[in-house]
Amino acid sequence: MPVNTSLAPLKSSSFGYLQAQHLLARAGFGGTPAQIQALVAMGLEQAVDSLVNYDKVDASQLAAAQADPDLLRPATQEEKLAYAKAKQADDQEAFAQLRAGRVMRENQDRQQMRGLVHWWFSRMVDTPRPLEEKLTLLWHGHFASNHRTVRDSFLMYQQNALLREHAAGNFAQLVYGIIRDPAMLRFLDNNSNRKSKPNENLARELMELFTLGEGNYSEDDIKQGARALTGYSFEDNDFVFHRRQHDSQAKQIFGQSGDFAGEDFVRLILAKPACSEFVAFKLYKHFVADVTDPRRLPPAAAVVVRKLAEELRRGEYALRPVLTTLFRSQHFYDATITGNMIKSPAQLLAGSMRVLATPRRDLGVLTGAMQMMGQELFNPPSVKGWDGGETWINSSTLFVRQNLCVYLLTGKMSSRGKWKSDKSGYDATAMIDDAQHKSPQTLVDTLMSALLGAQRLPQHRDTLLDFVKERGVKDDTVLALLLLITAMPEYQLC
Amino acid sequence: MTDQNTFTRREFVSTGLVLVSTITSVPAFLKNSAVVLAAPAGGAGPGNRPGVPEERILVVVQLSGGNDGLNAVVPFGMPEYYRARPALSVKDNTVLKLDATQGIGLNPALADFKSMLDDGQAAIIQGVGYPNPNRSHFASMDIWHTADPVRGSARGEGWLGRGLDLVAVDKQGHAQAEACVCIGNSAPLATQGARVKPVTFERADAFRWAGGDLHPALTSAYDRLNRTPLEREVPLHDQSQVPFVLRTALDAQVASDRIRAAVAKGPATPFPRSGLADQLKTVAAMIRAELPTRVYYVALGGFDTHANQAGRQDGLLSQLGAALKAFYAELAALGQEQRVLTMCFSEFGRRVEQNASQGTDHGTAGPMFLAGPMVRPGLHGAHPSLERTQLDGGDLKYHTDFRCVYAAILDQWLKADSKAVLGSAFKPAEVLKGTS
Repeated sequence: MPVNTSLAPLKSSSFGYLQAQHLLARAGFGGTPAQIQALVAMGLEQAVDSLVNYDKVDASQLAAAQADPDLLRPATQEEKLAYAKAKQADDQEAFAQLRAGRVMRENQDRQQMRGLVHWWFSRMVDTPRPLEEKLTLLWHGHFASNHRTVRDSFLMYQQNALLREHAAGNFAQLVYGIIRDPAMLRFLDNNSNRKSKPNENLARELMELFTLGEGNYSEDDIKQGARALTGYSFEDNDFVFHRRQHDSQAKQIFGQSGDFAGEDFVRLILAKPACSEFVAFKLYKHFVADVTDPRRLPPAAAVVVRKLAEELRRGEYALRPVLTTLFRSQHFYDATITGNMIKSPAQLLAGSMRVLATPRRDLGVLTGAMQMMGQELFNPPSVKGWDGGETWINSSTLFVRQNLCVYLLTGKMSSRGKWKSDKSGYDATAMIDDAQHKSPQTLVDTLMSALLGAQRLPQHRDTLLDFVKERGVKDDTVLALLLLITAMPEYQLC
Repeated sequence: MTDQNTFTRREFVSTGLVLVSTITSVPAFLKNSAVVLAAPAGGAGPGNRPGVPEERILVVVQLSGGNDGLNAVVPFGMPEYYRARPALSVKDNTVLKLDATQGIGLNPALADFKSMLDDGQAAIIQGVGYPNPNRSHFASMDIWHTADPVRGSARGEGWLGRGLDLVAVDKQGHAQAEACVCIGNSAPLATQGARVKPVTFERADAFRWAGGDLHPALTSAYDRLNRTPLEREVPLHDQSQVPFVLRTALDAQVASDRIRAAVAKGPATPFPRSGLADQLKTVAAMIRAELPTRVYYVALGGFDTHANQAGRQDGLLSQLGAALKAFYAELAALGQEQRVLTMCFSEFGRRVEQNASQGTDHGTAGPMFLAGPMVRPGLHGAHPSLERTQLDGGDLKYHTDFRCVYAAILDQWLKADSKAVLGSAFKPAEVLKGTS
């Protein structure tokens, strides 16, 4: 059967449990069977609305971030004086003291970063607005900066706030914001982009990775664009425009000339159709299917990406209308699309906690596991962000993924050859009601449809059935089944 | 079926299963001769010994924290050394002398390494660094890992990963399974390639599903779920990710079986008890089991000695020397030593002047240690000068760019084009035999 590439809404009668489960997994991190049933009851239109228009959902119960803006403030006048004095007197002891102070503040900063990683991850698990976090994560991987290079937790937090503010708003606002974002300016060295000595890093990545994609600009556009961005810098935590370092002479970008500044450069980029295609590709990759290269898309995906790009252009980069169309579309619920994406580590972990309603485990262990699975929040590996898709899983990360589920379900983890146990128990039987306990078939089917998406192998159901039949239904059977289902290859998909 | 292009997924999967059974049931001598027969004609490798595969192996030992080079490779002939470190120098009557004219010797804690040097099994490259040194652990470590002092971690790939992308990926773009194995809790940036992704574990015995430990009945069901050969009859669409997750699950089981079976065998020769020795013992076991691994990566931390350095660094150096010596004794007993080169590095050396807490602060250039019978033994390069005018803000100036050492290892050992990996041509350091 050919893939349905229509963006017209799915028939409302076709929106059942599997479709609602798919919607909640992709536009959020998944949920319990009761939460999925609630979406089914709402119907397609309202279900999508409740996820996309999340600003109407109260999220005031979520914990606020703890972010001290002054941990790494610039040196005060007195400190500078003390440094100069020590230098003049060649006072090694004073130097050592100043250096020790610096080391201490950097340690505090790393500690604050760890706290913010915990904060964000907890938010993914707890939020009643899952699409807000899903989109913020998308933009974090798209406009990627990392603490490893920026080395200032508050700047990373500020960038996160910028991405969250415009997450479902307008893509143009994200781009205008990012060229004035101190973390990005530091990450891409734009604080050393001066009239006398332009630095092309931001101009290049802005076009290659953030807006147009390779092949849609020339090397000269980069040079001219870099000139437009000269003087865009920051001091302490704030954007600063250094007028004297800005090159206000005429420039030629994409064949147009003018005394362009950074905002003009962005405006010219956004006007190019390639930009809308690139953003549509990113939305498709994040929400619809594991595609890798915008220039080598499977035919059906290419058709849908083009349509999404048209809609982005029509709405001048407004994101909510495009997301609404996408999540309601027939294509989104096509049998080749449902349940066929590799879960990102965030999806796997936050999703498992939401679907299974497991107790809160040690956040240090959980975020440490995220790192081992290749997705350290606030630390994407490079300006390219995360490659995603199949690159998430290999021999090492698969065991981490499976063993993490063992930890979530039992509180037990093997560490340095010993089993460590966490105090909170987990009542697996809450996943079923009493009647479902009786027959092996209903038990297996209930748990499989709670935990797995549309892609399942029939012989794996047989394996689970054999397991239950051989042992008989006992008190611990539900937990045993949950351990096995979360270790199934299909559990890596959503 | 031997034609790679006609290799179907089903055959791939069944080959994987056969491989597992080969490891456990085929007598080693048969397997070894098969490997030798399969070796390309005229490809005289390092050992070219019957029963030992041709493929060369690199073991990287990361000394994390910034090893104080001056108290490891001691310039006892330079009076400035004793002036800069009144309470933290290695006395010249205890130094293990290496070069009387240069006045260079080793910290007595490196006695085991000294004996490897005396046997022609080790080398030291002095004064290794890079331009505009960064004194941050994280930034400098990234520079060593990526071999890119300007962009650091920006590309998300490291020198070993890029090198393996060139030599351990087939024409279809599939990376050799287990091309790189790291021991630790996360894979080092150095080992990340575009195609080759390292296998990483802290302990080999934990490199598997833990759920089976909770109840033995779970294991057989888990195995059935995770060792599923993909039947052609299963109705799947073109873009289905199910084959991928099934294959990956099976690959993981195969890797786990191989690695755990390898490590379950005890060593042929004794190893000391230490963290690094345990890691190298595990590596030796994997080499013995003839895993297809080209690069192993292990680490020894604790070198960030800002205070009370002497005892701590001596302990680490002696652990390093003893572990390396035991590792090569084991490899020699296995007949594998000719194919294993070991490279030890640290993100930076430390300051020339000791600090007020009987320690040293972050510095710049430092020595690298190499081990294995293929190295040109002894000291390479000159020791950086300690004269005040020759220092760079109190720190040593480097003589050898670390990328020249990488170039030698890439070009001459791993046979990966160093220019492609490092981005530009670096003159290979003359540290391996058979080069001029």
